[in-house]
Amino acid sequence: MQAIINRKEIKIKKCDLDKQLLTFIREDLNLTGTKNGCNIGVCGACTVLINNEPQRSCKLKVSDIIDKELLTIEGMSENNDLHPLQKSFLDHDAVQCGFCTPGMVLTAHALLLKNNNPTEAEVRDAIKINLCRCTGYQQIVDSIISAKRFYK
Amino acid sequence: MMNWRNDGVAKVTGKAKYADDIKLFDMLHCVPVYSNQIHAEIVEINTDSAQKSSGVVKVITAKDIPGVKKFGQIRKDYALLADDKIRYEGDVIALIVADTLENALQAVAKVSAKYKKLPSVLTTEEASKDKILIHDVYDSNLINHHKVRKGDIVKGFAECDIILEDFYETNFVEHGYLEPESAVCQVRDDGVIEVYGSMQHPFSSRRFTAALLGKKLSEIEVITIPMGGGFGGKDDTAAIVCARTALAAWLCNKPVKMTYTREWSIKESYKRHPYKMNYKIGLKKGKIHALEANIVADGGAYTSVSPWVTWRSTVQCGGPYIIPHVYTDVKAFYTNNVYTGAFRGFGSPQVNFAIEQIVEVLAEKIGLDPITFRKNNMLRQDSITVSQQKLDNHIVSLDQVLDKVIKESNYSDKLTKCSYGKSDDSKLYGIGLAMSYRGCSLGAEGKDFTSAIINVQFDGSILLEVSIHENGQGSETAMINILAKELGLPFSKIRYRRSSTSSIPDGGTTVASRGTLMGGGALMDAIAKLKLIINKVIAPKLSCKPNEIIYQNNLLISPSEKSVTWEEAMSIMYQNCTYPYAFGSFEAPPVTWDEECGAGKAYFTYVYSAQVAEIEIDMKTKKLKVLDIYAVHDIGKAINKGLLSGQIYGGVVQGLGMALKENLIIEDGHIVTDNFHKYRIYRANELPRIHDFVIENPDPNTPSGAKGIGEPALEIISPAIANAIYRATGRRMKKLPMLMEDICKQ
Ligand code: FES
Ligand code: FES
Repeated sequence: MQAIINRKEIKIKKCDLDKQLLTFIREDLNLTGTKNGCNIGVCGACTVLINNEPQRSCKLKVSDIIDKELLTIEGMSENNDLHPLQKSFLDHDAVQCGFCTPGMVLTAHALLLKNNNPTEAEVRDAIKINLCRCTGYQQIVDSIISAKRFYK
Repeated sequence: MMNWRNDGVAKVTGKAKYADDIKLFDMLHCVPVYSNQIHAEIVEINTDSAQKSSGVVKVITAKDIPGVKKFGQIRKDYALLADDKIRYEGDVIALIVADTLENALQAVAKVSAKYKKLPSVLTTEEASKDKILIHDVYDSNLINHHKVRKGDIVKGFAECDIILEDFYETNFVEHGYLEPESAVCQVRDDGVIEVYGSMQHPFSSRRFTAALLGKKLSEIEVITIPMGGGFGGKDDTAAIVCARTALAAWLCNKPVKMTYTREWSIKESYKRHPYKMNYKIGLKKGKIHALEANIVADGGAYTSVSPWVTWRSTVQCGGPYIIPHVYTDVKAFYTNNVYTGAFRGFGSPQVNFAIEQIVEVLAEKIGLDPITFRKNNMLRQDSITVSQQKLDNHIVSLDQVLDKVIKESNYSDKLTKCSYGKSDDSKLYGIGLAMSYRGCSLGAEGKDFTSAIINVQFDGSILLEVSIHENGQGSETAMINILAKELGLPFSKIRYRRSSTSSIPDGGTTVASRGTLMGGGALMDAIAKLKLIINKVIAPKLSCKPNEIIYQNNLLISPSEKSVTWEEAMSIMYQNCTYPYAFGSFEAPPVTWDEECGAGKAYFTYVYSAQVAEIEIDMKTKKLKVLDIYAVHDIGKAINKGLLSGQIYGGVVQGLGMALKENLIIEDGHIVTDNFHKYRIYRANELPRIHDFVIENPDPNTPSGAKGIGEPALEIISPAIANAIYRATGRRMKKLPMLMEDICKQ
């Protein structure tokens, strides 16, 4: 059994199948960019992409990624170069405490892969699954809209 | 390079390590055990079977504490582990330390305890009778009583031609930082206990930890790491979590991690104070002449900073208006509810909710529009505040912020379009305004000083450290911005040193929007000292006087345009055996306070703010939509515009949540809304764009000219919304949160 995690094939052990995906990512894979804000599937801090769809990893099991592609925030930047979307977050001051940021970036990435010309309303609708208590969302929305040119 | 923050890359790549992301070799896991009681005497705690549970290393109770058992920044009334009594449902009776988190959690149910239930006190009315005492060492449930006595209240009302009496009420509010409390601690090989925690105040965490363990301050080192939001909420509780984790690490002699679940966090952490406010206010010929306010706050089970929070309410109880006769009482009482403490706004959002509606009711009574009424009554240059402070040492800019918000929002035109409950379709429109003056920093609440260290290396790179804490607001970045500008250097030469309580003196907590103001003050002092040291060595090389050197574009330049690069200069310093190192400090200008009559120079300067909200209510769908928000603030000087806007948007949205959405439900002392599915905070799709404008009147009392923004942004949005609801529906909402079911009630 295997899964593709941040573009690498990873063997999955049978004994891990029933583990909560979030715990597996943080504790077993040591990918601590994925955060735990509520553990019940409402805050989006644990968002990862599975086959480019945003999913809340606290609500999933390891078995949900078998033969699928999992992308965590650590997989967004290759060779230490920031992805243009990440850069856009910085350019627009969309990061404060940063706890929501990994999930937010991934949700935005999934949106822009599907729709590279979203309206403000579409952006707001897409990221409604991610709570942010610091920013009031405005600079996050602006950074996503501004990053759309990199997805064309 | 404007939009740069020193921790930005780490945060967008997921590399930033928050407390729960830290793993140490051979680390144990710790969890709290709650009693499920509200008010009870503890007869016995039995940990035998938990102790035998698989993987459990130690079960800790109060009797294992080597040092002080009770804590508090003001009154030491909070037992880190309860031993005699349970006072609210968040009291912790034991800690379980185990090899894995699962094993620790498994053992929780195995702790058994016997209690003698006591009748619980869940309202301030009940508490004020003192029939049942929450803390028997005090002979009353009254935590504090602040007063304002100005003029002659009896004579004042006798002279009034219109008198209004009204009652307003606000609710408990949860901070809702996205990262729950967490700490990791270890005992180092040199004997020092090292603490990594999600907390707002490393120095109070250190104080709590040292006292709990009976150790010296120098034996505890609290290290700054990224924190997932605080908003005032990661002071006491977070420090307590750090101290408990350190206790576990000390007793087990191994690294220990304790990370809270959202449910524990909401259960245990303090909230915003609910207020009950009786106002009586009189007009004489259109001018506010007398004000009597009786304000009661629910302090919950412990004191925390209730006396300071409620103190701010005295200074701001009358809003930003001139009032000759004032008689105000502000009291906080113990109850068996969750305790209440610091929260962005700090005692001002509650009174603003009342007073900024009251002035509009008064204006209407005498047939004036809300703007003219405000302008007739508001504080101006050299005015005297309700607490008898003459505003003569900075620019009083209420007129500027008010005019700006009116213009930008087109308020006056839109005012004529409000529905007042009548419309052709089901949709009602309303616009509302509110304004405030807000004292900066701690004021007479406490000692207010802070420090900064600039340590230039001989290759020209700089280590900077300021003893205020990065809460996510970008204070480190703001400090780098100031230093870069003053030395004429690019940001890339400056590294903000992750400070620890062992590397820099205690700078007080990052609350009261004091970070930029106080930290900037200390930094400016350090910069001045650093330049003295450098100039003395470099001046001869540039054939000029030391004070003539200008720092610009990576150069040190003399009046005759002779120059050396920054790097050359630092290498000369090295040749000269002189350290380019400076320690700076800043003490807030003096403030004074007379507790008996509530008078004095309460704060050394004030921020002035005005906000406008536009709303639409659909009576058919029973939905309220916020259409637009305009926010204008005079913050002295903008150090970093992007971060500043972020503070405004974030503050406004938290304020909107408090106004319209966030409803912490407590039933019989138990919090029902225990996670984000029940305690709803705003999501991106429910919000309008916020239009923010800053006015800059650099403050002469602060070295950097900056004042603060974190809290002003939040403190007036709920009355602006309430005023908009009134203009849409014709109904005054006097209770927070303003829920649609209440707005639509016939
Ligand atoms: S932690 Fe998964 S949604 Fe909150
Ligand atoms: S930046 Fe703090 S929660 Fe979004």
